[in-house]
Amino acid sequence: MYIIVVGGGKVGYYLVRELLETQQEVLLIEENPIRCAEVAQELGDAVVMQGDGCEASTLERGGAGRADLVIAVTGDDEDNLVVSQVAKHRFSVPRAVARVNNPKNELIFRKMGIDTTVSATSVILAQIEQELPVHRLIPLMALKGSDLEIVEVKIPPDAAVVGKPIRDLLLPHQSLIPLIVDADGQPRVPTSDTIIHAGDEVVAVTMRETESALRAALTARSIKHLR
Amino acid sequence: MKVIIMGCGRVGAELALMLEREGHDVTVLDIDPAAFGPLGYLSEEFRGTRRVANGIDQDALRRAGIEQADAFVSATRGDNRNVMACQIAKHVFKVPRVVSRVFDPIREEMYRSLGLRTINPTRIQASLMKEVLQREEEPAPSPG
Repeated sequence: MYIIVVGGGKVGYYLVRELLETQQEVLLIEENPIRCAEVAQELGDAVVMQGDGCEASTLERGGAGRADLVIAVTGDDEDNLVVSQVAKHRFSVPRAVARVNNPKNELIFRKMGIDTTVSATSVILAQIEQELPVHRLIPLMALKGSDLEIVEVKIPPDAAVVGKPIRDLLLPHQSLIPLIVDADGQPRVPTSDTIIHAGDEVVAVTMRETESALRAALTARSIKHLR
Repeated sequence: MKVIIMGCGRVGAELALMLEREGHDVTVLDIDPAAFGPLGYLSEEFRGTRRVANGIDQDALRRAGIEQADAFVSATRGDNRNVMACQIAKHVFKVPRVVSRVFDPIREEMYRSLGLRTINPTRIQASLMKEVLQREEEPAPSPG
């Protein structure tokens, strides 16, 4: 497998080192020549290439045309998005993985068809989420000319709705669930029989004023979890 | 028309004033507060909204009123910021009219093929200059 990693900061450097240990063919593209020299000294000249990974010419020089995987891990989301899009659309790289620094940007990466995003912020948030008082409800868009909006709610593992079919949910007035993305990222249009699972991302249409009621309906803890 | 312009450099500032003079509701965003100061390019005559904000942050865009915007323009120095902001405006907030400046001709071509409305100053300026040079290369018509 040929893997190109763009961004030679701490994440990129340790990632390349780990990948090399798994006997993969790896190339690190880094813009800063001084950083390149440092990494080359540690990992060898063949592993590092100096250049702007957002430029198609750099990726071409790095052999993106035969890459199986491009991983964009710079500190800037805009650069990671462009690297992934150029890899996918210009070089038809089968898989692109991007680091997302601002977790709210995961949405746009997903909408633009980037296979996998990794956000350290989200990972840490997920680890401590049970200790946070409120589960997040992410507004996706407002429907023009109405008070309706589309929101996303992640179903926490201890929610009372886990294991229940949609028809048993007590949703607020003017709310409905047109889409569920399961924990594996598989989207499906639910029927009234669809069972809610922990980790599902539920996309719901709701009125702005019933947003908090909707969140409560989907994320409230079940009685057996209450102490 | 409510327009949001990201990037208050020469182009952003010029466009903001032009649109505002035609009676549009214009908001200009820049991450650098100095862009709106005395050394910035935006005219004091500009009566629209100035906002220190990061145009690739969805919360900041929402606060700038992107949900009500009819148009979004990105004109920062960074191609990647520009295309990312425009993709957020178009795909997350469904702004009807979105235009992005992209200096790199290769990136511009790719994003155009992906359906983004783009302007590539590099190619436009080069072809304009070429046109002027070629016109002046022609021998002047001899008198009589």
